[in-house]
Amino acid sequence: MKLKSLLLTSLALALATGATAKTIELLNVSYDPTREFYVEYNKVFAAYWKAKTGDEVIVKQSHGGSGKQARAVVDGLQADVVTLALAADVDALYANAKLVPEGWQKRLPNNSAPYTSTIVFLVRKGNPKGIKDWDDLVKPGVSVITPNPKTSGGARWNYLGAWGYALRKYGSEAAAQEFVGKLYKNVPVLDSGARGSTTTFVQREIGDVAISWENEAYLVLKEFGADKFEIVVPSVSVLAEPTVSVVDKVARKKGTEAVAKAYLDYLYSNEGQNVAARNFYRPRNAAVAVKYAANFAKLDLFTVDEVFGGWTKAQKTHFADGGVFDQIYSK
Amino acid sequence: MAASVTSTLSTLPTPSSTAPRATHDARWVRWTLTTIALLFLGFFLVLPLVAVFAEALRHGLRAYLASFSDPDALASIKLTLLTAAIAVPANLVFGISAAWLIAKFNFRGKSVLTTLIDLPFAVSPVISGLIYVLVFGLQGWFGGWLIEHNLKVIFAVPGIVLATTFVTFPIIARELIPLMQAQGSDEEYAAITLGANGWQTFWRVTLPNIKWGLLYGVILCNARAMGEFGAVSVVSGHIRGETNTMPLHVEILYNEYNFVAAFAVASLLALLAIVTLVLKSLVEWRHARSRA
Repeated sequence: MKLKSLLLTSLALALATGATAKTIELLNVSYDPTREFYVEYNKVFAAYWKAKTGDEVIVKQSHGGSGKQARAVVDGLQADVVTLALAADVDALYANAKLVPEGWQKRLPNNSAPYTSTIVFLVRKGNPKGIKDWDDLVKPGVSVITPNPKTSGGARWNYLGAWGYALRKYGSEAAAQEFVGKLYKNVPVLDSGARGSTTTFVQREIGDVAISWENEAYLVLKEFGADKFEIVVPSVSVLAEPTVSVVDKVARKKGTEAVAKAYLDYLYSNEGQNVAARNFYRPRNAAVAVKYAANFAKLDLFTVDEVFGGWTKAQKTHFADGGVFDQIYSK
Repeated sequence: MAASVTSTLSTLPTPSSTAPRATHDARWVRWTLTTIALLFLGFFLVLPLVAVFAEALRHGLRAYLASFSDPDALASIKLTLLTAAIAVPANLVFGISAAWLIAKFNFRGKSVLTTLIDLPFAVSPVISGLIYVLVFGLQGWFGGWLIEHNLKVIFAVPGIVLATTFVTFPIIARELIPLMQAQGSDEEYAAITLGANGWQTFWRVTLPNIKWGLLYGVILCNARAMGEFGAVSVVSGHIRGETNTMPLHVEILYNEYNFVAAFAVASLLALLAIVTLVLKSLVEWRHARSRA
């Protein structure tokens, strides 16, 4: 009797542990330049989650232009979480398919942007065209590389950075529009994503200056050596806030809500912030920011909320069909 | 016919050389044309091929081989082979039946069917991919129902197979239709007169007559199925190690500054293409001999 109960208990125990130690698969649909960052973060998170719950987490990645990726999730790509380049692309998940609730951005600290970045210039070694600030990009004869704002999140930050600078310097919307119009006249090719744009500049050697995510520019220096390229930090730029969200409808159906939420929460932890900083994203956590302060140039940063009244408005005014970008670019 | 050609030739004021020549152009014209053709071939075909292998082997054989041990690369190779293994047989069955129908029978709407078969050649591969997003996407006709029932079509293997099949489906039919039309139906009539049933006629008469053309079509179809980029890119979802075929994986590796691995996988694709071409030439050669 005793033996039997012992056997039963151990069997139950084996079943129970077998049932709890499961393998969970998450799909993180992200934008172009985060590839290296999430490869590292996924390992750190998997170790943390295993230690905490005993479960294995395998995070699958998909990367592409931020707008294109949002479109794929709207069309049914089964993402548990999205980590996109800007809030407007996550808004698209609500607007087009109700995959996230309307107030998704209020669910996590810092407007659901666990790390930030900014927009800087990447030039060839020695800076042959003497690029110092946004003004130098509109000069005749300067070839500027930036992706297409219709499909790329980074490109929209680039555009808003230029606009914000001109607005501050020349004081009117009309002057800003003229400035940005002149800038796009200097763009020989619009790639669909930030990474494609970098490759155009670095590999195909087209253009004098690439407007780029700060993290992407540092990555180029790391991959190709600082003897080939230089980073130029403008006087003013935009505070880029890439946003993250659980895709509620998908995660609920797959039963991965808890892990998906933990995956994003952990981005705000000390470890998560360190991984972000190591991959050239500006951390939110003050202590981590101090630790990596030497890596990030100090410059005057404005937010989209301050200058453009939020992403929804900026998206509608500038990047919707027939918006300001279309008017500028079809001229 | 041949006699008339020689007679016209002999009336022309040609220098009486030993062998009849195809043209009477000056030597320098022929040499210039040959040089241009060779330069063109070298520049557009040989050079890129050499560049692919040179880049792939830049850091030595060890780095080259290491590129294939990456699980994502292996997954992309597996997926590409799986896709071709489904798309090619499907198109084989469809191609033979369509060619048989069009070449051997007369019916209303035959020209419409012939035109429709060519449709995948006429539309851009991107559109071919988007068709499936529109039909099976979450916002499309069946997407909501499919997701509800946990059936994944686009952004999963079935969508990739569908898009590949669509893009490659005219190839075999297009190869067989002119062949079957040229052969006519006389032999089949003879077989039926001699008492063969439909199935026997097909296996003993029709199939042996078309086998070389069929093989040729299968080889071309396979090459395209493994190399397709545009349509597959639209329906793939680009999930690493899951829905990236070899062409898509090459793009990813290239974009990640991983040039050796990108060109290594590209060289494997190129090798597959070269093997395909060798097989194709072999088939043509055997076919020419079997006819002689």
